Amino acid sequence: MRAEDTNTPTLVEPGAPVLAPGHTYQSVQEDIGSIVLTQSAGRRWMLCFAVAFLAVNMLLVAVIYLFVRGVGIWGINIPIAWGFAIVNFVWWIGIGHAGTLISAILLLLKQDWRTSINRFAEAMTLFAVMCAGMFPVLHLGRPWLAYWLFPYPNTMGIWPQPRSPLLWDVFAVSTYFIVSLMFWYVGLIPDAATLRDRAVEPWKQHVFGVLAMGWRGSAKHWARYEMAYLLLAGLATPLVVSVHTVVSFDFAVAILPGWHTTIFPPYFVAGAIYSGFAMVLTLAIPIRKFYHLEDFITMKHLQNMAKVMLGTGLIVAYGYILEAFFSFYSANQYEGFMMKNRVTGPYGPAYWALILCNILIPQSLWSYRVRTNVTALFILSLVVNMGMWLERFVIVVTSLHRDFLPSSWGMYYPTKWDIMVFFGTVGFFAMMFFLFVRLLPAISIFEMKDLVHKVAHAHDKKGH
Amino acid sequence: MKPKHSDTPHLHVLQNRLESVGGREYWRSLEELADTEEFRAFVEDEFPGRSPEWLNPPNRREVLRLMAASFGLAGLAACTKMPIQKIIPYVRQPEEVIPGKAMFYATAMPVGGYATGLLVESHLGRPTKVEGNPDHPASLGATDAIAQASVLGLYDPDRAQAISLYARLSAYVNFLAVMNRVREQQHQKKGAGLRILTETVTSPTLAWQIGNILTEFPEAKWDQYEAVHYSGSEIYHFDKADVVVSLDADFLGGMPGSLRYARDFASKRKLSEGQTSMNRLYVAEPSPSITGSTADHRLRMRPTEIETLARSLAGRLGAGQAPAGTASAQVEAIAKDLENHRGSSVVIAGLQQPPAVHALARAMNQALGNVGVTVTGIQPVEAKPVDQIQSLWTLVKEMNAGQVDVLMILGGNPVFTAPADLNFSTAMGKVNLRIHNSLYFDETSELCHWQVPEAHYLESWSDARAFDGTVTILQPLIEPLYGGKTPHEVLVSLTDQPDQTSHEIVRSYWQTKHTGADFEIFWEKALHDGIVPNTASPVVAAGPLPAVPAAGRAPDAGTLELNLRPDPYLFDGRFANNGWLQELPKPESKLTWDNVVYISAATAVRLGVENEDMVDLEYRGGKLRAPIWVLPGQADDCLTMYFGNGRRRGGNVAKDAGFNAYLLRASDQPWGAPGVQLRKTGNRYTIANTQHHHSMEGRGIVKSATLAEYEKDRDFVKHEDPETPKSQSLYPEYPYNGYKWGMTIDQNVCTGCSACVVACQAENNIAVVGKEQVVKHREMQWLRIDRYHKGDAANPEVFNQPMLCQHCEKAPCELVCPVAATVHSGEGLNQMVYNRCVGTRYCSNNCPYKVRRFNFLLYSDWYTESLYGMRNPDVTVRSRGVMEKCTYCVQRINEAKIDSEKEDRRLHDGEIVTACQAACPTRAIVFGDINDTTSQVAKLKQQPLNYGVLGDLNTQPRTTYLARVTNPNPDWVKT
Amino acid sequence: MPDDSTTNITGHRTEIISGDFPVTGRWGFLAEFREPEDLVKAAQRAYDAGYRRMDAYSPMPVHGLAEAIGFNRNAVAPLVLVGGVIGCCSGFMLCYWIAVVAYPLNVGGRPLNSWPAWIPITFEVTVLVASLFAVLGMLAMNGLPQPYHPVFNVPRFALASQDRFFLCIESADPLFDPVETKQFLEELHPDFVSNVEM
Repeated sequence: MRAEDTNTPTLVEPGAPVLAPGHTYQSVQEDIGSIVLTQSAGRRWMLCFAVAFLAVNMLLVAVIYLFVRGVGIWGINIPIAWGFAIVNFVWWIGIGHAGTLISAILLLLKQDWRTSINRFAEAMTLFAVMCAGMFPVLHLGRPWLAYWLFPYPNTMGIWPQPRSPLLWDVFAVSTYFIVSLMFWYVGLIPDAATLRDRAVEPWKQHVFGVLAMGWRGSAKHWARYEMAYLLLAGLATPLVVSVHTVVSFDFAVAILPGWHTTIFPPYFVAGAIYSGFAMVLTLAIPIRKFYHLEDFITMKHLQNMAKVMLGTGLIVAYGYILEAFFSFYSANQYEGFMMKNRVTGPYGPAYWALILCNILIPQSLWSYRVRTNVTALFILSLVVNMGMWLERFVIVVTSLHRDFLPSSWGMYYPTKWDIMVFFGTVGFFAMMFFLFVRLLPAISIFEMKDLVHKVAHAHDKKGH
Repeated sequence: MKPKHSDTPHLHVLQNRLESVGGREYWRSLEELADTEEFRAFVEDEFPGRSPEWLNPPNRREVLRLMAASFGLAGLAACTKMPIQKIIPYVRQPEEVIPGKAMFYATAMPVGGYATGLLVESHLGRPTKVEGNPDHPASLGATDAIAQASVLGLYDPDRAQAISLYARLSAYVNFLAVMNRVREQQHQKKGAGLRILTETVTSPTLAWQIGNILTEFPEAKWDQYEAVHYSGSEIYHFDKADVVVSLDADFLGGMPGSLRYARDFASKRKLSEGQTSMNRLYVAEPSPSITGSTADHRLRMRPTEIETLARSLAGRLGAGQAPAGTASAQVEAIAKDLENHRGSSVVIAGLQQPPAVHALARAMNQALGNVGVTVTGIQPVEAKPVDQIQSLWTLVKEMNAGQVDVLMILGGNPVFTAPADLNFSTAMGKVNLRIHNSLYFDETSELCHWQVPEAHYLESWSDARAFDGTVTILQPLIEPLYGGKTPHEVLVSLTDQPDQTSHEIVRSYWQTKHTGADFEIFWEKALHDGIVPNTASPVVAAGPLPAVPAAGRAPDAGTLELNLRPDPYLFDGRFANNGWLQELPKPESKLTWDNVVYISAATAVRLGVENEDMVDLEYRGGKLRAPIWVLPGQADDCLTMYFGNGRRRGGNVAKDAGFNAYLLRASDQPWGAPGVQLRKTGNRYTIANTQHHHSMEGRGIVKSATLAEYEKDRDFVKHEDPETPKSQSLYPEYPYNGYKWGMTIDQNVCTGCSACVVACQAENNIAVVGKEQVVKHREMQWLRIDRYHKGDAANPEVFNQPMLCQHCEKAPCELVCPVAATVHSGEGLNQMVYNRCVGTRYCSNNCPYKVRRFNFLLYSDWYTESLYGMRNPDVTVRSRGVMEKCTYCVQRINEAKIDSEKEDRRLHDGEIVTACQAACPTRAIVFGDINDTTSQVAKLKQQPLNYGVLGDLNTQPRTTYLARVTNPNPDWVKT
Repeated sequence: MPDDSTTNITGHRTEIISGDFPVTGRWGFLAEFREPEDLVKAAQRAYDAGYRRMDAYSPMPVHGLAEAIGFNRNAVAPLVLVGGVIGCCSGFMLCYWIAVVAYPLNVGGRPLNSWPAWIPITFEVTVLVASLFAVLGMLAMNGLPQPYHPVFNVPRFALASQDRFFLCIESADPLFDPVETKQFLEELHPDFVSNVEM
C-alpha cells in the first residue's frame, strides 16, 4: 500500500487537492449519501425535472407522428438521405465516451482524481448512449423492422449483412451499452450496501438491499471484485476506442468525398473524448454547486478535465487540417471540390462556426486563469458541445449535398420535427440525469473512503 | 343488333336503351344513388378537398365513398370488362386469355386529330401499358410521353363519371329523348339553328357521319377549333436529308409524325452503327426545344427575327427577293451548306411561324430541289382543312346573333382554349341548348346544359389518320369505365338510329369503303395490324408557290415579344390532370407542376426580375400573373409561355397547377407577337425544379467532341480520362457465365424527349409525389434525364444524359446495406428486395449516381380504387419507407427467360426490350446480353465512343454511354 | 482522526462482557477494528496462530487483507481469458457462417469471405463475452446475490459498510474454542468482540 502510494503519479499541485482536507469515512458517506437518503428534492430540482419532463413529452409527440407519417416529415431527401438523426446519433455516442474513458483508462493510469467524477460520468455515458441508440431506430424508413438488424434465427433463414458498417454499429453500440452498464453497476454494489445499512425507512433498506445483492465487504469478495473491476476497465478501454472508430466507419467506408477518409477513426475518437469531457464539465459544474460537493469535485478535477479537452481539441484540429490537406494532396477533383464547397459553399458558415467553437475558442484553455474560472469553463464546455454537433452536421450534410453528379445536387433544411426530436432527446438525457442524482450516490462512496485513507496517510507521512 | 324501326323512334329508343343497359337493377341503384346526399355533394363539386398529390388519406376516404357511388352509378361497379364486340389481339397466339399472360392489341391514340399507332398491353382485360406499333408509319414502334401517360388518363378518377344535365345526374335515355325533340325541331328549319363544333377531324367515320347530318340538315353548320392546329399537307423524309434548317420547327418532338421524324433524323446521325458521316442541323428558335438541344448550330432568335432570317436566307438562295443589305455571315454559311446539299436538305417552318415563313420555306425547298425527295406535299390529312380560328370566330358571331339554338361540342374545351378576345363563354349564353361531349367535366361543361362523358380512346371504337394519312381503326381495350360515349354515338343521337353503337357506326362506314365478301378478313386484318392498307394520303404535285406576304415592320428594340407554345406534355391542356405528365420535368428547364414565363438572363437583368418572381403580363387587354424563370438559350426580349396549365376546372391534379396562358391569346396572333407588357409584382412563387445545377463542374460526365475531332482521334474518350483497369480492383471478378445484362445509351441521338421516363413510370408502377415533394427533391422517377450546359451562358450547348441505375458490378450501394436488401443477381442485376428493406437510406448515400429513390412517405396511392386497374401486375407497388430504383425491367427479363426455357433455348438478342428502350423514338437505348458477342449491346460496348460515367471510381457500371459527337459547320463564324 | 465514540463504546463493552454465550448456534466471533491496518495485522496474527476458517470485512478494499487471511486463489482473470477466446471465435464464425454458409450472396462484387469486414464484429463480441464472464463470474464466485448471512445478525456489523473493520473467526475452524478463540481475539485489541449467532 505504501509502495503503491509512492508510485502513484501525483497530480496534486499545492493548493489543489483531489479531496478537501479534514474528511473522515463518516463525513464522506454523510455528505454523499445524504443527497439520496435524507435531503428533500428541493424546489430547484423539481423545476429542472419538470422542464426536462416536458421535453420528453415533446419527444414522444414527435416520435408518434414520425411513426404515423414516416421519415418524410423530416428535411431529408435525395441526395441528403441522412440528416439530423445521424448527426445526433454520432453526437450522443461521442458524448457517451467520456464516462467509460474516465472510469476505465484513468483507473488503469491510477489517476486518483477520477474517483469523484467517475460515477456520474458513467451514468452520463449510459444516458447518452440511450439517446444515441434511439436515432438509428427512429431514422429507419420502417422502424418497426429494426430488429432485422440483429442476427437472430428466423423462419426465412435470412441474416444481416456483416459487410455493412451499420451492422458493425449495431454490435459496437449494444456491446458498449451493456459493458458500460455492468461497469457502472458493479461500481455501485458496495455503495448500495452502505446505503442499505444507513437507510432508515424500510423500503429504502429493501431497495438498496436488493441492489447490494447481500454485499458484506468480505476480503475475498473485495479481492475478486477488484480483479474483475480492473479487467473490466482493461476491456472497456479498447472498447471505447473501437466504438467511435466503428461509428467513423459509417462514413469512412463509403465512397463519398468528405466521408471516404482514413483519418476518420482517430479523429472521431479524439472528438468523442473532447465532447465527452465537455459534457462532464457541463454536468459536474452545476452539480458540485447545487449539492455542495466542492470538497469532492475540486478545482483540480475541473482543471484536469480542461486540460484533457485542450489536448483532444488539438487532435481534432489536427484532423481538420489533415482533411483539408488530403483533399488538396489527393489531387482528386471530387475531394478538392468537396473541401472548397465545405469552406465556401452554402453550408460554409456551419464550417467556420465549428472551427470557431472547436479550435479557436478552446485555445483560451492555455491560460491558468481560464482553467480555474468555473463560469468560463462552463460556458466553454457548452461551446465545445455545440461545436462538436456542428462538426457532425458538416460531415453528414455538406458531404452529401454536393457529390459526384451535379445534376443530383440539392439542399437540406431541417423541419420542426427534426428539431423537436433533437431537443426531445436532450430533455430525456437531462431527465434521466436528474433522477440519477436523486436516487443513487453521484460519487463513489467506497472509493472516496479509500481516498480519505490514502490522504490521511499522506498527512501522517508529512507529520512524522 | 336489332332491325331498325322507323316508326315512332322516340319509343323504341327508350326500349332499346333499357335493354342495352341491362335490367332494372341498374335503374334501382341509379335512383337510390341519385338521391343520396353525398351524391349531390359529388355533383356539386367533384372530390371536395382532395389534394392534387393524392397523398391525403382522410380526404381520400371521403372521396372513396363518393366514387363508390359514382362507379355503381356508371353501372359497372368498379369491375372492368372486355368489350362485347370482337377485338383482335396483335399476336394471334394464344387465342384465349391466359391469366398472368399479357395480350397486345393494336389501336391508335389521336392527339390534335393525328394518330400514333400503338400496341396496348392488356392484363385480363385491363390495359396497363402502351407500346408503339412497329407497323405504324407514325410510330415505328416508338411512343411519346403523352401516349405513355394515356393509361393513367384512362383510369383517372377525376374523369366525368355520369351524364349530367345542369351538373345534376341524369340518364342517357333522357338525353336521347331531348335530342329526339331537337331532331324534330331542326327538321322544320333545315337545321338552321344546329351547330356542331369539333376539334381537328381526321376520322373518316366521323367526317362521314357529319356529312350525312349536314345533308339531312342542309342549314346546319360544322365548325372546328383546335387550340394547336396542325395542317398536315406536307411530310418530310429526314432519312434522306444531310442538312436540315429548322425555322422554329420542333420536328423532333412537337408535331404530328415527330416520332417518325426523330427516327429518320437519328438514322443520319448515329455513329454507333459503323456510320462515319453525320447530318447537320441548324435550328433558329426563340425558346429552347428538344430539337434545338440536338442542333449543331442553334440560333437564338425572337420569332420576328426568324422571319427576317427566313427572308434573307430565301433571298440568298434565290427563292424570293432578299431584303436590303448583305446577308450575315451565318446566313451565308447556312446557304452554302444548303446549296452543297441540293435535294438532300430540308427547310422546315414551325407551327408558331407566320404564313410568310411557311411560304418562304416551301420556296426554298423548291429552289433546292428538295420537293418530292425530302419534302413531299400530300393531300390534306384533315377531313376538312379550314382556318379554324376563322371558323370559331364565325361561330361566335352567329351565337351572339342568336342564330344558334343547339350547339354540340364534340371533344375539346373551347371555353378554356379559345382566344380571349372572342369571349366564347359569353357567346355560349346566347345558345338555347348546349351539349358537351368530353372526358372531364371541365370549363366548357360548366357552361353546357348536357355533359355527356366521352369514352377514352382506349374505350372507343373509332378511326383516325396519321401524319401521312394512314388510317388506323381504334378498337377498345375495355368497356367504358364510366359509361362514356364516343362522338360517333353522340352524333347518331341526331339521326333516326340513335341507338347505334360506335362499333356499328365504324363498321358500317368501312363497309361502304370496302364492299365485298372478304370484308370480315379485311376488318380483322385492319384491326390486327393496326393500320388500314393503302390509306396514306396520295402525293400531290407541288402547286404554285403561295405569294409571300410583305415583311411587316420589325419591332423596335426593347419591346417585349410574346411567344406562346403548346406545353410539350400537357399539349393544349387536355392532359393537365395527368400526374405523370405534370410531374415530368420539362426537357428545357426541368420544371414540373407549373408553367412559367421563360426569359433570357440579359432581359431579366434589364427588367430587374429573377427566378420565381411573380410578374403581371398584359397583352391586348389580356392580363395574367405568372412566375418568371430565367432560361439559358431563351431569346432576348422574348417571353415564352406554355398553354395548358392553370385549369380552373380540370380535376384535382390540374387544380392549382400553373397559369392560364390562353388569357393572353389573341385570335389574330394566336402564337403571340411583340408588344406584351411586363410588370413586377414583388410577390414570389415556388417552382418545383428537379435539377438545380447544369454545369458539369469540369467533370467528364458527358463526353463529347466534334465530328472533325472524332475523326482525328477515334479514342478521344479513353484519352480524355482512362478508365481504371479492372485489374486494379482488390476484389476478384465474379464469373457471369449465363446471361450478363447490360445497357448502352447513345447520347448522340438522345433528344431528351422523356418518353422513356414516363414509360418507366407506367411499367414499374412508380408513384407521383406532387409538387411539395418535388420541391423537397423527392421525385420518384427511376429514370431521369440530366441536362448539362456548356459554353456560351446565353445560348449554351445542351447535353442530355438519361441517368438510371448503372447496375455496377462492384456496387457501392450493396456493400453498405445492413440487411442485404440490395444484392447482385447471378446475371449481374443490382437487385432491390423491397420487402427486406428497412429504409436506412445508406445505399442512396453511397450511390455516386444518386439514382436510388426512397418512399419518404406513403407515395403510392393505395386508396383510389380506379387506379388499381392501371397497375402492372408484374411489379410490386412499393409502400412507405422502402428504397427503390431501376431494375432493368427484371419482370420483362424473367418473362422472356421463362418463355425461352419452355422452349429450352437461349434468349436471342432483342427478345428482351426494357420499357425505356421500347419507347425511345431514336433507339438511343440498347439492352441485352453482353456475353453474347453478336448482340447489339455487346457490339456497342466495343465502340470507341463507349464509356462508363464516373468510370474512375471503378464501380464497373453495366450501363455505359456513347459519347456525343456534333457536326458543326467548319466555316461557321460565331457572332 | 478525531475519536468521537468513546462513551457509547464503554456502554457496549460492559453489556457484551457480562452476557453469557449459548453453546449452540454460534457462527463465530467477530472482532471490530477502527483502522484497516489493525485489521490486517490482526488477520495476519490469526492466520499465524493457525486459524483458517475466517474472513475479514471492510467498507472499502483493504490491500493485503485477502493475502493476510490466506486467500490467494483468485480465478477471475483466467475466466475472463476463456470468455474472450469464446467471444472471439463465435464473433468471427457468425460473420463467416452468415456470409459464406447460410446465405452466400454476391454483395457488391465482394468475395463471400471478405474477412477484413468481419474484424469489427469479432472484436466487439470478444469484448462483450469477456466482460460478461468477468462480472457474472465474479458474482458467482462470491456467491452473490446472497440475501442471508450470519454476520448480519450482529447489529454493529452494519458499520462494516461504513467505517469499521471486522475479523470473523468461524466456529467451523478446527482450532475454534469458544473461550480460547475469544481470548485470542481480545488480545488483538479490537474495539469489541461480538458473538455471531447462526
